[in-house]
Amino acid sequence: MTHPQTALPQHLLSAADLTRDAALLVLDTAEELARVADRPIKKLPTLRGRTVVNLFFEDSTRTRTSFEVAAKRLSADVINFSAKGSSVSKGESLKDTALTLEAMGADAVVCRHGASGAPHRLANWIRGSVVNAGDGTHEHPTQALLDAYTMRSRLGRIEALRVAIVGDVLHSRVARSNVLLLSTLGAEVTVVAPPTLLPVGVEHWPCAVSYDLDGVLPKSDVVMMLRVQRERMYGGFFPTTREYSRRYGLDARRMATLPDDAIVMHPGPMNRGVEIAAEVADSVRSTIVEQVANGVSVRMAVLYLLLGGGLVEATEVAA
Amino acid sequence: MSTSWVIRGARPLGGKAADLYVEDGALVDEAPVGAQVLDADGLVALPGLVDLHTHLREPGREDAETVETGTLAAALGGFTAVHAMANTEPVADVAGVVEQVWRLGIEAGHCDVHPVGAVTVGLAGEQLAELGAMADSAARVRVFSDDGRCVHDPLLMRRALEYVKAFDGVVAQHAQDPRLTEGAQMNEGPQSGRLGLAGWPAVAEEAVIARDCLLAAHVGSRVHFCHVSTAGSVEIVRWAKRKGWNVTAEVTPHHLLLTDDVVSSYDPVFKVNPPLRGSEDVEALREALADGTIDAVATDHAPHALEDKETEWAAAAFGMTGLETALSVVAAAMVETGRLDWSGVADRMSVRPARIGRLTAQGQPLLPGAPANLVLVDPAARVVVDPSTSASRSRNNPYAGRELPARVVATFLRGRPTVLDGKPA
Ligand SMILES: [Zn+2]
Repeated sequence: MTHPQTALPQHLLSAADLTRDAALLVLDTAEELARVADRPIKKLPTLRGRTVVNLFFEDSTRTRTSFEVAAKRLSADVINFSAKGSSVSKGESLKDTALTLEAMGADAVVCRHGASGAPHRLANWIRGSVVNAGDGTHEHPTQALLDAYTMRSRLGRIEALRVAIVGDVLHSRVARSNVLLLSTLGAEVTVVAPPTLLPVGVEHWPCAVSYDLDGVLPKSDVVMMLRVQRERMYGGFFPTTREYSRRYGLDARRMATLPDDAIVMHPGPMNRGVEIAAEVADSVRSTIVEQVANGVSVRMAVLYLLLGGGLVEATEVAA
Repeated sequence: MSTSWVIRGARPLGGKAADLYVEDGALVDEAPVGAQVLDADGLVALPGLVDLHTHLREPGREDAETVETGTLAAALGGFTAVHAMANTEPVADVAGVVEQVWRLGIEAGHCDVHPVGAVTVGLAGEQLAELGAMADSAARVRVFSDDGRCVHDPLLMRRALEYVKAFDGVVAQHAQDPRLTEGAQMNEGPQSGRLGLAGWPAVAEEAVIARDCLLAAHVGSRVHFCHVSTAGSVEIVRWAKRKGWNVTAEVTPHHLLLTDDVVSSYDPVFKVNPPLRGSEDVEALREALADGTIDAVATDHAPHALEDKETEWAAAAFGMTGLETALSVVAAAMVETGRLDWSGVADRMSVRPARIGRLTAQGQPLLPGAPANLVLVDPAARVVVDPSTSASRSRNNPYAGRELPARVVATFLRGRPTVLDGKPA
């Protein structure tokens, strides 16, 4: 490991919280930890006696499971605190929930919430670390970390990679975190969307902006397709899903215009036939299944670094 | 307490020190016999402040504020009259409710309460409320507003503008295109894009202001704009005034001081409607208040219970308190920056708002014969804002921990002190 001075901040709320060194530390740590997954006994004793709470106000079995597996592989005690059916849905405030978690002695709270900034609020009220597992239309930093990890493992680097992020940038927490993290790591990011699905002020983001997918694809090493919700057409963001997929969907014809080594990513869940054609999702370029596996390693690394504080000792991994 | 006073050595409108004499509720030209003496050396005397835009929350949300607590906060802020907005529960859309609020104001006795009547029944924007009945009631309503909502239907707005001419009323428009601001959480700009909060674009305010200027001109009515918040709105109002149209506008203290940068904390104490804007907007608003394009400072004092603010941003209520800090914020934004002197502050916080509300006993010059509504301000004081000491029942004060200039030392309502030594008299 080559980052002896690097530490993570107390909380991981935004991809912007990570310096280049801190982000690389997470990726390198994840790589070490991924080796654990290849062994018959996948558990490390690192976080024994620590409590990780999964606080999910929005349904996301995939993300919750990913964090749960990650925490358990580090031997942490995991409490799943789902908003569904709990007092939360009966009007208990975020603050009350925070105080409850504080009383339980949560060392880390992994928070998914439909409102942008909810994890920021939580961080004011509890002493443990808060990990943003997706907040409204704001950010999803561990998704960006696992995407970066996936790019690095497929393409060997992130620096100077040309990454196109395509789709509903306006409402996408994945896009926000990816733009921030990838620019920190030296990639050249272009967001591609119809103008209605780009936020006001996107010209101040550390990325290029295009409305023309066909123009961007031949110059892309990575294409990341964002989920587009069908309901957006009722908001007038685009006329029909058919027109959307014609102009901004990735089908086999468009995929063929990519450079040879280019990869296709999707944070899931996919709308096959809308933003991504089935044959693209299932092609060899697609990293969608790896992304899921990498998610566990990256989240192990995040929890480890936030709670364990130090570096993964080679001996510990090897033990 | 004594009804006659000698206020010794105060500086009226920040000018030369002079003694002010108060007897039987009015200013008089010689020292009354047996008067109590108040040493006002170094203090600036202004006519009592008049707020065109106050949410007193009573009836309906007495957990957030009452007429008693809100008007005490007003007096502590130097106000002698406030206009109580109509978005209560029930809505102040009939004579009975405005008279109730008016009577509660008299009972509290901290400052005059002038209820604002709703323009439309239930603020629903569909049918005119009984504006004439409210005007003719004991509360003598002259300002009508659906504040909190925009009178968006152009035909209804036209009718309202026309109708209130019969009793010299004014429609105070909360300019917000509802479709352009569906789900809006903060100013639309680079910050909203970064924070992932739905944007409230300037055009949603400006488009309504432009339309209503044109409507007011067309039917020969006067119109007032609540809490103007953008550089574009200022331009439109300036243009309408140049045309000679009967248009007035107010700005809140918070829009004169704060920008949307503070939203990055996601602390809903900064969530307000219209939202905090960019620094160019703040600059344009200050300039417009200085040159008179914007007529008045109005607090939009909007108290909220703790549980409506200690939440995630999207779930929180819009609004911030402002009565107790208004004068200090104006001092910081306008006086310390050299844009207004104290006579200018008196004009924008007392004289002109009184005129817009048609209050003949408020906003008068500090001369013998005028009602003794006045405030004494220590311009040299600096105070760190501590919401826990507020007279308001709510704590959603966006200036907590900030040091602000100027302090209200005393307030007199018709010759009777409501505040002395910075405390309720
Ligand atoms: Zn309003």
